[in-house]
Amino acid sequence: MTRRLRVDPIACAGHGLCADLLPDHIDLDEWGYPILDDGRRTAPLDPDEIRAARAAIAACPTLALRLDLESGGRV
Amino acid sequence: MTAIAFRPRLLAGWATDASRDDLAAHLARHGPLPRLTPDALIARVDAAGLRGRGGGGFPTAAKLRAVAAGRRRRPVVVANGCEGEPASHKDAALLDCAPHLVLDGIALVAHALGATTAILAVHVGAADRVREEVAARRDRVPVRVEEVPGRYVASEETAVVQYLSGGPALPTTSPPRPGERGIRGAPTLVDNVETLAQLALIARYGPAWFRETGTPDLPGTLLVTTGGAVQAPGVVEVPAGTPVRAVLDLAGGPTELVQAVLSGGYGGAWLGAPAIDTALSHTALREAGSVLGVPTLLALPARACGLTQTAHLVRYLSGESAGQCGPCRFGLPAVADDLTAIACATRDAPAAADRLARRLGLVTARGACALPDGAARLTRSALHVFAADLRDHLRGRPCGGAAAAPLFPVVHG
Ligand SMILES: Cc1cc2nc3c(=O)[nH]c(=O)nc-3n(C[C@H](O)[C@H](O)[C@H](O)COP(=O)(O)O)c2cc1C
Ligand code: SF4
Ligand code: SF4
Repeated sequence: MTRRLRVDPIACAGHGLCADLLPDHIDLDEWGYPILDDGRRTAPLDPDEIRAARAAIAACPTLALRLDLESGGRV
Repeated sequence: MTAIAFRPRLLAGWATDASRDDLAAHLARHGPLPRLTPDALIARVDAAGLRGRGGGGFPTAAKLRAVAAGRRRRPVVVANGCEGEPASHKDAALLDCAPHLVLDGIALVAHALGATTAILAVHVGAADRVREEVAARRDRVPVRVEEVPGRYVASEETAVVQYLSGGPALPTTSPPRPGERGIRGAPTLVDNVETLAQLALIARYGPAWFRETGTPDLPGTLLVTTGGAVQAPGVVEVPAGTPVRAVLDLAGGPTELVQAVLSGGYGGAWLGAPAIDTALSHTALREAGSVLGVPTLLALPARACGLTQTAHLVRYLSGESAGQCGPCRFGLPAVADDLTAIACATRDAPAAADRLARRLGLVTARGACALPDGAARLTRSALHVFAADLRDHLRGRPCGGAAAAPLFPVVHG
């Protein structure tokens, strides 16, 4: 099952830690907020990237990142 | 002018004697509410092809089914009559002229969904008059009228839900949408008041009657607010699919030469003069580079500077940001600054135009609500429709209207 990384734009405080931990999927905009790789709020992940994604999720100080099932349900 | 050869439906009372239909007048005009099973009501709404009138145009039957299906707890019904869009007055006009159509719609969906709580949300100061009409009825599910703060984003559906749950009137992150988890966790149907009034007509007169006017994709009538350079700005009811020009004619026609029309409210998009015959429907306006959104048509006089007027509107939208999401909180003021530099034709204008192109991408689809998307859409359409002016401004040659004050209201609620 494909997983999708999602950022909660209200919870996100623009600390930018996630971009260091998942540089392949997350860039920061000019104000320091994450741009996920579909240019919006979510990014599809390969199975071998789940571990790194979980590390980014754990590192986010405001719990703004989460992993969804492709269909939208929460994991 | 074929547009007026039809009878108003929602505003029938207003059209005949310019008065509000109280309960007696409403019953005399429309008769009592029909008794329909939940399935029969949803089937009628489906066959009628009713789309939401709150801006998105989503099929109403699909929303009803989704809330009915996910029923682990009793659903709540919310009629959204807040009308956060400053250019629009149609919901206020409807609640003023035909409040009982809205209340009928609420009663019908509350019954169909088995809801025991029904709330009519209106702007601050608008509750008392509607409460009088509510008090005259004997609805099985009593309607609570609640006032919501008069800010733009306060009437977005997740903000309404959070406010009516006891929190601040600010949007929340979705999913979950209100239909899944809304007021105090209950599945919540949020429908625009005009949507519910149309639904009340469909319940009485049926889908075939409803489809007698409008387009196959957008059946029925629309309440449209006109403003700007027209003789008689206000609210008119027209068949969906009526051309923009015909609606402006119904509003008395232009007061002076018009160069463009803003459709869809402040988060909508400009239509240039060549697009003046575009039909009022979601599809036709999208193809013309604009949106139906909340149907509003604001006529921009030729003497005005479209870039300057857009800068005023984007500055207003930026001030309405709830400041919760970084790309909206920081992005909208930056977009407004770039646009202002272009409008004033400063030396920085060419650099601002480059920054603006990049920033419009950065503010789109990255907030919890669609406010920044609307601001980006409005700005993009201005750069396109006023492209000739843009070239002059970037060469340091602004037009005559470049320093003018706002033509459209930009007062924060
Ligand atoms: C910033 C913002 C403001 C909104 N304001 C209103 C409003 O004042 N009234 C309204 O009915 N819908 C408003 N909406 C749309 C609602 O979120 C919601 O989609 C609508 O009430 C659903 O009703 P409908 O399906 O009948 O169209 C707003 C949306 C946004 C993004
Ligand atoms: S680490 Fe969390 S708060 Fe910081 S930018 Fe990433 S998502 Fe936002
Ligand atoms: S996108 Fe803007 S207006 Fe909407 S919730 Fe986020 S900060 Fe508020």
